[in-house]
Amino acid sequence: MSDMALGNEHHHHHPFLQHHFEDLGQQHEASTLGMWMFLCTEILFFGGVLCAYWVYRVMYPEAWAVGAHLQQTGWGATNTIVLIVSSLTMALAVRAAQLGKRGQQLGFLFATLIFGTAFLVVKGIEYHRHWEEGLFPGSHFHWHEHPELAQKVQLFMCFYWGMTGLHALHMIIGAGLLLWIMWRAYKNHFGPEYYAPVEVMGLYWHFVDIVWIFLFPFLYLIHEVHHG
Amino acid sequence: MTTATLHDVRLSGAASDRNYFNDEYGALSWFLTKDHKRIAILYLISVSVLFVIGGFFAMMMRIELLTPEGDLLTSDTYNKFFTMHGVVMIFFFLIPVIPAVLGNFLLPLQIGAKDLAFPKINLLSWYLYMLAAGIGLIVIVTGGVDTGWTFYTPFSTQYSNTHVFGTTFAGFIAGFSSILTGLNFIVTIHRMRAPGLTWYRLPLFVWALYATSIVMLLATPVLAITLVMLMIERTVGVGFFDPALGGDPVLYQHMFWFYSHPAVYIMILPAMGVASDVVAAFTRKKIFGYRFVAFSSLAIAFLGFLVWAHHLFVAGISVYSAMIFAFLTFFVAVPSAIKVFNWTATLYKASVSWQTPMLYIMGFIGLFTIGGVTGLFLASLGLDIHVTDTYFVVAHFHYVMVGGTVMAYLAGIHYWWPKITGRMYPEWWARLAALLVFVGFNLTFFPQFILGYVGMPRRYHAYAPEFQVLNVLSTAGASVLAVGYMLPIFYLIWSIWNGRPAGKNPWGAVGLEWTTSSPPPKENFHETPVVTWEAYDYPGMMKAMGETQHV
Repeated sequence: MSDMALGNEHHHHHPFLQHHFEDLGQQHEASTLGMWMFLCTEILFFGGVLCAYWVYRVMYPEAWAVGAHLQQTGWGATNTIVLIVSSLTMALAVRAAQLGKRGQQLGFLFATLIFGTAFLVVKGIEYHRHWEEGLFPGSHFHWHEHPELAQKVQLFMCFYWGMTGLHALHMIIGAGLLLWIMWRAYKNHFGPEYYAPVEVMGLYWHFVDIVWIFLFPFLYLIHEVHHG
Repeated sequence: MTTATLHDVRLSGAASDRNYFNDEYGALSWFLTKDHKRIAILYLISVSVLFVIGGFFAMMMRIELLTPEGDLLTSDTYNKFFTMHGVVMIFFFLIPVIPAVLGNFLLPLQIGAKDLAFPKINLLSWYLYMLAAGIGLIVIVTGGVDTGWTFYTPFSTQYSNTHVFGTTFAGFIAGFSSILTGLNFIVTIHRMRAPGLTWYRLPLFVWALYATSIVMLLATPVLAITLVMLMIERTVGVGFFDPALGGDPVLYQHMFWFYSHPAVYIMILPAMGVASDVVAAFTRKKIFGYRFVAFSSLAIAFLGFLVWAHHLFVAGISVYSAMIFAFLTFFVAVPSAIKVFNWTATLYKASVSWQTPMLYIMGFIGLFTIGGVTGLFLASLGLDIHVTDTYFVVAHFHYVMVGGTVMAYLAGIHYWWPKITGRMYPEWWARLAALLVFVGFNLTFFPQFILGYVGMPRRYHAYAPEFQVLNVLSTAGASVLAVGYMLPIFYLIWSIWNGRPAGKNPWGAVGLEWTTSSPPPKENFHETPVVTWEAYDYPGMMKAMGETQHV
């Protein structure tokens, strides 16, 4: 019976195979499933606040339309395109890792990082504008165009800052992870046998992208369908 | 010189005596360990400490309630005590206790794996737990919190001047600890099972952990975001549930219970898993209706997500919505009853060994049934309005959480103690403790059903004099219960050095965890096991016993 156990032994150990896995395939499957499970958690995390957003949207459609009007759709659309392109470069980086093309991989990861940073810069410009316009909730809030709607618009802006802020936090964490993956790619860690960290990073990045795909229409575009 | 001797001892004992305790030495080898068994021990110590703290608050409340007057604690202090009792017991004891202690230790052993899928994340989840518990303790020491463990707005955001922020922040972090544990378990169960260990050969404890993990993964993030919204509201001064801005406090209750009702199943599902393993081991039978018991765990996890608004029957939700949630709540009784009936059917005509784990599980089955059936009373709209916010509710959820979860945890810790430590606990003392816990528990909480039904409201430090007799009974019961809970702490620690060596399989139980040495070696199994038998194959094992006994 010891023959059977020995029969499965590999002749060499991949340097990144952790001791508790049988082989790299099992390790890869565990990593990707783990990230998918984490994304399920994230869906419910963002889902909670989106649900609250939706409840108030039904309660206060006018204020929500006005709130969406206060956003710069141009900046929002730019950011949407920037993020979608960054998802493309991320996907290409995963492919480059699978093919073991280190140079390409580093290039695509770097491009993803640049697009991610561009997104955050644009978001920063928008935040600055809103701050100047008195659209930060709390004692800073000075917006009096429609006094009867002011409080509800403030509630809208709570959601705006809260949801985009959480999203931006995820982007910042993503940028940090990108730097770490780039460092590992630079060290030539990835190849056809072992590329799970790049793939898992990609899953996370696409998810953060998709969250924005929901936030953009909810926060910027909803005024187009406003009929009270 | 000591190094040399230790080294020699380790080398000489390498074949048989090496285990996860003596594999490495020193504090760092524990605090930086990635071994699921050591992390389980870290959790065991931490949750036990938190249990004692939570128990202290309970005991103080019971002493206060000896007399109708509020004489020991002021009403403000009493508010803080019941809040901190709830926060500590729910977030820091009941939710982690079975998954993080027994689950962590046993899941890889039961499925024939070397470790959980993500050992570093496992350690991280313990550190998050400790960070959360640390913040919780700072809150307790610096003045506490008085909102009730549910943090209802707008009291928690606008009015309370206690440490709401610190407590909710601690809850937020503890949530991530719980999410990471659930994530780790799901991936481990999917990807790390030994060859031959198909889903239907898994012990029911594993099925229960799987269902629990799904709830942890999908419900906890909603609590996290809800607490974030609450914290923003409290610090920035405006926010999501503030009626002055058009916010809706009832929305907070919806979002809170979307997590916190399923959280009840995070507490009870693993307890049910322990019950299945113990019932099979001490009746030496296959569990009756294995697949029904397995899938009823998933059914409970699923239905648990659809019933949250039964906590809001008097909060102003529409009567139609209340009717639907009442109706859905009744459905949870079906898979729960399937489990109870199947355990009972397994016990039928069995020759039961009445060792301590089985005593606790018999208590568990009875008390959980009472807790579950009174849950149906509360799901009935008319009756619920009568007993809302009375001691009837208090008694109900203590029957489920303490009579259910804690009894099953005690069963599990005794059942697997020989595996965890390699030593037997003292049976006589353990049976005495089990008896004290059962008697003490019922004496504490049964009178509360009556108190609630005749109208004593919960969360007051003073009460009408006619309630005194039942309250004295309840406090007397709590004292017995406290002794029952303290005893195992002493004799279990005593047994680590003085208990009889247990050997591989002291219960003659079926399951991969019993095929490796006690305590198990660091890598759990010297060779990856290959599974060729069904779960709980006691009939098959009895046949094979004669052949393997002398090996």
